[in-house]
Amino acid sequence: MKIESMTSVAAILSVMATTGQADVVTYATGAAGNAIEVLEALVAPWEEETGHTVEIVTMPASSTDQFGQYRLWLAAENGDIDLYQTDVIWAPQLADHFVDLTDVASDLAPLHFPSIIESQTVNGKLVALPLMTDAPALYYRIDLLEAYGYDAPSTWEEMTAIAQEIQDAERAAGNDDLWGFVWQGNAYEGLTCNGLEFVSSFGGGQIIEPDGTISINNPNAVAAIELAASWVGAISPEGVLAYQEEDARGIWQAGNAVFMRNWPYAYGLGNDEGSAVKGLFDVAPLPTGGDHDTSAATLGGWNVAVSRYSDNQDVAISLARYLAGEEAQRARTLMASTLPTIVSLYDDAEIGETLPIIPRWKDVFLQAVPRPSAPTKGSYNEVSSLFWTAVHNTLSGQGSAAENLEILEADLTDLRGDSW
Amino acid sequence: MLRPTMPVPRPRFDGPPVLATGKFMPSRQPYGPTLQQQRNRSAMWFLLPTFVALSGIAGWPLLRTIYFSFTDTSLTSIYDGEWIGFANYLTWRELPSGRVIYRGTLVDPVWWNAVWNTLRFSVISVSVEAVLGMMIALLLNMQFRGRGVVRAAILIPWAIPTIVSAQIWSWMLNDQFGVINHALIGLGIIDHKIAWTASADTAMVAVLIVDIWKTTPFMALLCLAGLQMIPRDMYEAARVDGIHPVRVFFRVTLPLVRPALMVAIIFRMLDALRIYDLVYVLTPNSRATQTMSVIARENLIEFDKFAYGAAQSTLLFAIIAVIVSLYIWIARVNLADGGR
Repeated sequence: MKIESMTSVAAILSVMATTGQADVVTYATGAAGNAIEVLEALVAPWEEETGHTVEIVTMPASSTDQFGQYRLWLAAENGDIDLYQTDVIWAPQLADHFVDLTDVASDLAPLHFPSIIESQTVNGKLVALPLMTDAPALYYRIDLLEAYGYDAPSTWEEMTAIAQEIQDAERAAGNDDLWGFVWQGNAYEGLTCNGLEFVSSFGGGQIIEPDGTISINNPNAVAAIELAASWVGAISPEGVLAYQEEDARGIWQAGNAVFMRNWPYAYGLGNDEGSAVKGLFDVAPLPTGGDHDTSAATLGGWNVAVSRYSDNQDVAISLARYLAGEEAQRARTLMASTLPTIVSLYDDAEIGETLPIIPRWKDVFLQAVPRPSAPTKGSYNEVSSLFWTAVHNTLSGQGSAAENLEILEADLTDLRGDSW
Repeated sequence: MLRPTMPVPRPRFDGPPVLATGKFMPSRQPYGPTLQQQRNRSAMWFLLPTFVALSGIAGWPLLRTIYFSFTDTSLTSIYDGEWIGFANYLTWRELPSGRVIYRGTLVDPVWWNAVWNTLRFSVISVSVEAVLGMMIALLLNMQFRGRGVVRAAILIPWAIPTIVSAQIWSWMLNDQFGVINHALIGLGIIDHKIAWTASADTAMVAVLIVDIWKTTPFMALLCLAGLQMIPRDMYEAARVDGIHPVRVFFRVTLPLVRPALMVAIIFRMLDALRIYDLVYVLTPNSRATQTMSVIARENLIEFDKFAYGAAQSTLLFAIIAVIVSLYIWIARVNLADGGR
């Protein structure tokens, strides 16, 4: 921190000596994968054009850890950070600390998907500008499915049967490490995403509906969680209860899974040199279940917010606008195969040619279900924790889905009190 | 033999332990300060910086946490908290139906689950570490070639930062590609891969294994220091008298090494009761292993229940204080009973 602030002072001095006008803006973001290199390349044209400098403050890759640090900084009204890269679910919890971007982005906002802009709007205040979106899909092994005469499954029940059959047959043939389906069952935010997808694709609602109603305790949700619980130890390893995204990808990329639920980032990595499944897999929308007809993918994504305590708000807003704009989003998509939030980029010729997966992923994204962060406001993290605990308990055999969801409903009602 | 019976010559003004209590002797002489008073005064000046630093970095945050626990402060408005008394600890209200409902940390099952996890973890890990540490110390206290190298090598687990070793272990314990399952299957001890950190039955075992691996060297080192204080001729006397080695251990070694062992256990107990990092890396958010510190942080930062988390932190402080005082008190009583 001290070294960073000293370098920033040095940077300010050197810049002031040459132009006298230029500012340094600080940008806090998680360092997952090659995120920092991508960001540095992205801001270079903006730096050249405006003469300002961007200083990137690197944070841990885990979004939970980032959230803890950001909350502390913002609570202390820290003016050192001008821009924060925020997860899609944080807007309601951190809204008070960020600048309202409604007016400055009035021309930019309509270019984005309305649902994403809505997710970043709290009480009529646009808290952050979208940079990229995220929606998971079902990864499947073309070679294995073809060998056993199947297409990509459209229901969870079908997926379960196919996974079991291929797993049994392959193991009998000596492929001892093969599993049917890997996903994220660790007790953390990712299980809220997975659980919400199961429940929602069974027609079991969104845990808490947009109007604040607690809807989780219903027969469809019970059926969905029960089915997921039946996978553990059967088509999914027992260790799935401790898996996060990277654990699932590890097994998948070693060629040891028929199906995987994961985010788009695993697509590029799975086709890298050295991946055992290179060219052997494809993606499909997540299945549906229990005769429900729409599938559900949890809406993810990242945004950029301007700190209310920044001394450089105008420059920071200019950077935020640039990063959320068409030029930077196209560049980011081409560099990191992320999903853009600007509607027209899905018809972009260059993207369609180099990354044909992106236009196809639009269908997955359009069916995405938001987590209930908007209706539950500041309580979202606790709501999420209660939900993933109930699901995790069921998956690990501590109580049935019906029992655990009934308790969950009572806990959520207590937490809500008179209103969220 | 160990403690000379001859009285130790004492300094002339041997008052109460000045450095420990900060008390000063009242002046008995009418003219000018005595030598002891002068010493006390300079001691005071030497201690002042430490005292100031400690009150700044330990005392003030502690008092502030205790204060916060009686308010409704949240992290979004840290200076706007209002005094709400004991509501974060325990509060109740009567419903129109006449039923009384209780709220607060003291009736929160998640908190008591964490307390139970922490106590279970502390007692098991510290006991196993004490026994193992003592055994290793006895071994290292013997004369053999390469003893210096072994003594240094055994400290490696203790020297690795906990976060790093926890991450290493979480990979080793991984169910699919972890080396531990691989080895156990290869040896024929288990027939299927165990999901160590995932299953509620083995999660605590996994945390215990890593903690014991990491801190046994510390225990062994403190025990070894105690063992080396025991004069060799006592063992020689026992051997000449033909006493069985097991009897020698329980009648000679153990009583003499006990003060060192007690100190080692108290250090470890303090550490174990506020365990955080291992659990956070190995089994984050699992109800089977969540400890008091993990729960308190979760409420403080993630759930936006800052005051509630402050109340839990205060309780954690109180629980540790009570347990350590009890331990010291019991150890003293036993020492007195042991007689000499």
